[in-house]
Amino acid sequence: MTENTASNASVLVVDKLCKSHGATEVLHEVSLKLRPGERVALLGHNGAGKTTLMKQILGLSTPNAGEITIAGARPGSDAARKAVAYLPEAVAFHRALTGREQLSLFARLVGEPRKVVAPLLERVGLADAADRRIGTWSKGMRQRLGLAQVLLGRPQVALLDEPASGLDPISRHELYSIIDEMAAQGTALLISSHALTEVEARTDRIAILRKGELVADDTLARLSKRAGLPIRLKLTAKNNDASELHAELGGQRVNGASVELFCQPDEKMERLARIAALGDLVADFEMSPPSLEDLYRRFSGEQQP
Amino acid sequence: MIARILAIAATELRIARRNLWVLTASLIMMLFALALTFAGAAPTGALGVDLLTVSVASMTTLSVYLAPLLALMMAFDAIAGEVERGGLALILTYPVSRGEVLLGKFLAHLSALAFAMTLGFGTAGAAAALTGGAGSESLLALARLIGTSILLGGAFLALGYLVSALAGSATAAAGLAAGLWLLFVVLYDLSLLGAIVFDDGGFFTRNIFPWLLALNPADAFRLWNVSGAEGVALATGMTGAADALPAWVAPASLMLWPPLALFMARGAFGRVEP
Repeated sequence: MTENTASNASVLVVDKLCKSHGATEVLHEVSLKLRPGERVALLGHNGAGKTTLMKQILGLSTPNAGEITIAGARPGSDAARKAVAYLPEAVAFHRALTGREQLSLFARLVGEPRKVVAPLLERVGLADAADRRIGTWSKGMRQRLGLAQVLLGRPQVALLDEPASGLDPISRHELYSIIDEMAAQGTALLISSHALTEVEARTDRIAILRKGELVADDTLARLSKRAGLPIRLKLTAKNNDASELHAELGGQRVNGASVELFCQPDEKMERLARIAALGDLVADFEMSPPSLEDLYRRFSGEQQP
Repeated sequence: MIARILAIAATELRIARRNLWVLTASLIMMLFALALTFAGAAPTGALGVDLLTVSVASMTTLSVYLAPLLALMMAFDAIAGEVERGGLALILTYPVSRGEVLLGKFLAHLSALAFAMTLGFGTAGAAAALTGGAGSESLLALARLIGTSILLGGAFLALGYLVSALAGSATAAAGLAAGLWLLFVVLYDLSLLGAIVFDDGGFFTRNIFPWLLALNPADAFRLWNVSGAEGVALATGMTGAADALPAWVAPASLMLWPPLALFMARGAFGRVEP
């Protein structure tokens, strides 16, 4: 019963999805749920199955086993297609069309009036280029046009395949704000990436695919905790002599004047107290939590988490 | 549904116009038609028909080669090329069905072809009529030529989509399209010709051959134009086969080919995973 209510609240449900290309299994029993307004990062190396998973959700390809429900409908059905928006990894629009013409076609297909096109082009910063042929555009501009078409018709679910690729830092910043805006309007977003960077860290949940299996699906904080990656502490000794510090705390000596220590997150405070007790011996102190990259490597790498 | 088909068609037509397809096709049709009309002006006296009749006869032969070629060149990229560029994956996530996408493209490409045919044959026909005279029969033959050429183009557009859906890449689709053209327009006739020579006026030649001829859209096109006008038949020398068949066979074949080939193309398109 509880199971049922939970799945009713989710706008996208992927249940034990399997997909094979010939003899190779690309996806193995992948299960994932997205609630309205939720932003989920889908991480994995190239070939981990991210795009394949998206194509099953979009109904472009049929799974071998398992089930997908989008807004209560089957993938590929008219209702599902109306509810979903997609940004492909390499957005290829027709070179001979202008941005305005391309977006107008999409608007007509979703049944939106023509007048929504201009504000959308404005929103992604393409107002000036709108009437030039897409063939003359840069990759970043095409990516932004791809983003504009995702905004069409207020989708319930949006799948963004590597949306940050080809974007400069300023456009990246705009990408976050567009993602946040869509989430605030209730769109559930699944954002794929081959790395864990700032964009993905700002999502509500992180799902990691490794060789077609979902190995993680949790918040960044809980994933960090589960990974148990050590925190790095670096202490610089007074008078450039680390021998006393080293004798007190152990760890690794670095170029005579510093000591490097690693500790688990749960023993962080205890360590800090001991360091504070040393008083004058410490000239400087630096603490670095595990980086996003460390965390991602922990889950997507070969070793079991 | 109609609105979505028209949206696709309008976009495709714009693309065909932008990459100068419509212009190129029209120019090719016009140049060839004019050249044939005036190069073929000689036999008018001998046959006792007006220049437009001779012109239509020459243009019928021209269209057998050119209409399928132009149609296949427009169609081969339609599905395989879109898959390669990634555009198909995106458009199919919109509430538009594969059938609607296909029909939209067909409508646009057929309009472009129709425009080129009408302009090309129309110009040549007008020139022939003005210099060598035209009767009501020869004008009707010209109208028939334009209409049947569009039908023939339609059949090969749909066949082009079929190979485009079956081929793994745009390059392979181009190769298959070239093979298709060779098969329907050249090899089919050659093998039938070989069979006739071998049969030497026997049962095959009298009873089976005309039907086999009508089965090929390119030959059905020729038969229809020939049986439709006596003058054209005289000028092409194809009366024998046309007389052996009931009058409805060639038109039925030519009219059934476009929808049947579209139906097959839709089936093949359904199995494409973009």
